[in-house]
Amino acid sequence: MRSVFNEELLKLAHDDPRIFMILADIGYGEIEPFARAFPDRYFNCGVAEQNMTGVACGVAMEGNIAVTYSIANFPTLRCLEQIRNDVCYHDANVKIVIIGGGMAYGPLGISHHSTEDLAIMRALPNLVVVAPCDFAEARAATRAMIAHNGPVYYRCGYKKEPPIHRTPINFQFGQALTVQDGADATVIFTGTIGYNCLCAVETLAREGIHCRLISMHTVKPIDRAAIVNAARDTGAIVTVEEHNRLGGLGGAVAEVLMDEGCLDVKCRRLALPDVNVSLVGSQDWLRAQYGLAAPQIAASVRELLQPAKSR
Amino acid sequence: MQTQMPCRELAAAVRAHCLRMTHRGKSGHVGSMLSMADLLAVLYTRVLRVDPRRPDWPDRDRFILSKGHGGGAVYATLAELGFFPKEWLNTYYLDDGKLSGHISHHVPGVEFSTGSLGHGLPVAVGMALAARHAGKQHRVFCLMSDGDCNEGSTWEAIMFAAQHKFDNLIVVVDYNRVQALGKMEDVIEMEPFTRKVEDFGWAVRTIDGHDYRQIEESLRQVPFVAGKPSWLLARTTKGKGVSWMENTVSCHYGSVNDEQLMKALRELGVQP
Repeated sequence: MRSVFNEELLKLAHDDPRIFMILADIGYGEIEPFARAFPDRYFNCGVAEQNMTGVACGVAMEGNIAVTYSIANFPTLRCLEQIRNDVCYHDANVKIVIIGGGMAYGPLGISHHSTEDLAIMRALPNLVVVAPCDFAEARAATRAMIAHNGPVYYRCGYKKEPPIHRTPINFQFGQALTVQDGADATVIFTGTIGYNCLCAVETLAREGIHCRLISMHTVKPIDRAAIVNAARDTGAIVTVEEHNRLGGLGGAVAEVLMDEGCLDVKCRRLALPDVNVSLVGSQDWLRAQYGLAAPQIAASVRELLQPAKSR
Repeated sequence: MQTQMPCRELAAAVRAHCLRMTHRGKSGHVGSMLSMADLLAVLYTRVLRVDPRRPDWPDRDRFILSKGHGGGAVYATLAELGFFPKEWLNTYYLDDGKLSGHISHHVPGVEFSTGSLGHGLPVAVGMALAARHAGKQHRVFCLMSDGDCNEGSTWEAIMFAAQHKFDNLIVVVDYNRVQALGKMEDVIEMEPFTRKVEDFGWAVRTIDGHDYRQIEESLRQVPFVAGKPSWLLARTTKGKGVSWMENTVSCHYGSVNDEQLMKALRELGVQP
């Protein structure tokens, strides 16, 4: 997905001379085409994320679009106050792009996992928070990010994420995409964990349980109508995210259900426990350790739909 | 547009405003404001290309106050120059006020909001980058404090600005050597400050930050060296102009009571 993002950004930069890349010495093998094509709009700040974000803000304040880019938490938590005070407070046209959302960098360990970002980023006023699930969404989200006048947080995957959408998508920030419809329950996911959700609902369909599958690519502003409709139409919602269970997608969905008075809906949040991940392994293996493999997601939906007595 | 208002007169007015504002708001940081009043007076009357009638004039020089806690002094300067009504100063720090304790870009003439130290210089560097990229002639000034220079982000920006030879960037340090909790020599000694910054690739000058002639002459000669960002280390006195505040740690947070206000204004030669 990171290659798809970089390809799309490069295309956009050919047409839009306002686009700058402001980096912090990360992007080897990916950012070189941009650097070669636009050497006067490519700046490597060195390993200095606070300065990267402040410089990007200054560049954006002068009428440009500044993209910061690095691994997982580097361009967010390391420079969170610059994002809050400089970028968000000034509504600066800065796009914060992370590579490797969730545990995509698996065995590299917790320093390279981004598992609290959705909660933290969505708490910042003015910031759009987006997590594309596949290449189609990644391309569309890149275009939407550049078209949007204001700060955006873009949680990119890593590489080789399988497709989830089977048909062309009409992607807009704040409007969830229905991957497939169903009446028995709704599975709402964000980001690349969506593929496991797709596998899970396909398994369930073979058993006669038909789920609505929703890609909530924009965690903020969240698509309230999609959540309310899911509650009304299917009566059961399972949220799935590769993120700490506190404050991420599940929390955001629960907030909407509470605010909208949708209190008679069965709900379950599938997410990482509130722990520091110290297990070593690939992204797929790590997901399975925390109940986010496709069979585990399917089992959670089944369990939620069991009649109360037999549970 | 540069006004010909005498610097001494403007600085005295700004100091008086700052004392009244912090007295009314029962707020702190007056020592930091008094410290840089002379620098602001010269910057805004002799150096910065700004226009009170057009605060967003695209070709204006950019001025970022990185020591946002001293924002009251910038507000007072801008009000004196006509960026907004002086009456706004009476609302500083108060409920439903127009002016916050730390500097805010919601105020006409203020380029950027700060308040947490170490933020101003990276943003100023970004603005200098954008100006050079666009072939613009305006300069970017950043007024910083000693505490600002403790922040790692400041040094990140120092390295980056030198790497890219942003000679349209000028830092002025209000070098009063008094921080929030103590004297600089007891907190983080920056000396040899000049040599440190020079070694990082900047052109550096040191002046008396209360000498209008020295301030003006140096700032009219930027860039000090073509191809290098300029660093003006302005030696100042925290609390300058009010005898019992000068060079004290307590004037960082302390505010003045009724009696002290009258006494301070008399020392400044201003009618209470």
